[in-house]
Amino acid sequence: MEKVLMKGNEALAEAAMRAGCKCFFGYPITPQTEISAYLAKNMAKRGGVFLQAESEVAAINMVLGAAAAGVRAMTSSSSPGISLKSEGVSYIAASDLPCVIVNVQRGGPGLGGIQPSQSDYFQATKALGHGDFQMIVYAPASVQETIDMTYLAFDMADKYRMPVMILSDGLLGQMMEPVVFPNVDVQIPDKPWACSGHQNKRPHNIINSLYLQPDVLERSVNERFERYELIKQSCTMAETDFCEDAEIVVAAFGASARVAKSAVNAVRAKGIKAGLFRPQTLFPFPVEQLNKACGKAKVVLSVEMNKGQMVEDLRLALNCRLPVEFFGRHGGIIPSVKEVLAQIEQIHERIE
Amino acid sequence: MVIGQKSVILLAGDYGCGKTNLAVNLALLLAEKGKVSVVDMDTVNPYFRTADFGEMLAERGINVVFPQYANTNLDIPVLNFDLESIILQSDFTIIDVGGSDAGAYPVGRYESLFKSLGDELEMLYVFNMYRLCERSADEVVRTLREIESACRLKCTALVNNSNLGVETTPRVIAQTADFAEEIVERTGLPLRFTCVTENENSDETHLPVKRLVTLPWEIQETGETEREYD
Repeated sequence: MEKVLMKGNEALAEAAMRAGCKCFFGYPITPQTEISAYLAKNMAKRGGVFLQAESEVAAINMVLGAAAAGVRAMTSSSSPGISLKSEGVSYIAASDLPCVIVNVQRGGPGLGGIQPSQSDYFQATKALGHGDFQMIVYAPASVQETIDMTYLAFDMADKYRMPVMILSDGLLGQMMEPVVFPNVDVQIPDKPWACSGHQNKRPHNIINSLYLQPDVLERSVNERFERYELIKQSCTMAETDFCEDAEIVVAAFGASARVAKSAVNAVRAKGIKAGLFRPQTLFPFPVEQLNKACGKAKVVLSVEMNKGQMVEDLRLALNCRLPVEFFGRHGGIIPSVKEVLAQIEQIHERIE
Repeated sequence: MVIGQKSVILLAGDYGCGKTNLAVNLALLLAEKGKVSVVDMDTVNPYFRTADFGEMLAERGINVVFPQYANTNLDIPVLNFDLESIILQSDFTIIDVGGSDAGAYPVGRYESLFKSLGDELEMLYVFNMYRLCERSADEVVRTLREIESACRLKCTALVNNSNLGVETTPRVIAQTADFAEEIVERTGLPLRFTCVTENENSDETHLPVKRLVTLPWEIQETGETEREYD
């Protein structure tokens, strides 16, 4: 396959179409707008539907409808818009429907700002909506990985019948990198549960999230949590760099992992034993990979574009056996390599 | 030198064809010949824009003009500058237009001003064959016509800025020569120049261009700790 130069948002939109997405419903917001703009231009040409809904709330409910009909469906937004979708996401999870939700994060809380941020980690991994449920959350760190994870997101959504989120950010969405679109034969599984017309050949299907009997509701939630256990065992993904002998493990996801990687490379050149741990799935969190990466570690430093939302998951995954420190910038400011490098050097001096 | 005969240079093209990087390179080049103004007229792109280079260009005596709220958290594209006086006060004015026809509409608002410039206006159509949206001559020509219609102006020449970002090599660029020729034939426009990597030689049809629009972690990957432009 040939290389092309793509913007993160365009690449995601193109990958979604190639992965068999036939329905996109959205509402404009910076910095995710290129996803909608790209699909508005191209979806109809490829036999799909692009629809700009009257609001985020409408868009996510259209996704619910399309997913219920057995179609690969996606919506995208940026932080405040994702909050608006939260009710619909909970209904989708409760209805065991597969779909892909993209969050190109911007500064928050509130209307926040249009510059990049990672402050929706909690929202994505803990509670995007009410009730007992989870989503698989992918955190790409390059335009190429954004493409690869888009394919994966649709496959996993179908496999486990649940919403999958791609947690991007403004920087990943707006930046350009050379990429290759994989040459894969997309297989969309049969969906015998879907409301796609029974042709008088089978009983009609019902997609529903309301349970009249409490014990039936409890059973449905328990069944879903059994699936989450399977996911925790088989779906975690993480990248590690220089961790074999690392005394300081820098943990970072998404765009800040790129900054962290440069800082780790720079301190390695100075002889400091630092390594990089980059979770690619935020739910399920790669617990085993982290513990393996921290075999020789004395300190973990979490680098994020928020106030330290991943720190709790790191501590839990390590069972609090190591100190987890934090460095971050927020409000749309990207931590610089210099700043992260200084943090690592400070820790190094302390533990020497 | 491939540029500098005309006093006003408009850079138009599809999203991501490299207009901003070229605008900053041209500004630095033309600053050796006279007073330069760079106008960031991008109203569609929130990040990676000419306004990012404001400080660096100002240090070199280049006048940088950009929409009032560029690079703030306010998503309001206001063009609050007097383009006519900027052009009158500069030996060279470089205008970095937003991508595709959507980004080109603001140019149409200045139609009468640009038409009054006559021969002094160079409207360059910049293309990058390595963009997925510019893989065929058909697509490039269609976007060019859409942009002309949005600008209410005709392009005067083409620039082949085909590149793969950080992976650009002389070979990557050389492979686009036939494609560029096809665009020339299809549009009847002359190819003003081809952008080549910064270490290659400059001649009548080749302009070495430095990659200035970089990512926050890039400089340090090569061992530098400060952003350097010279």
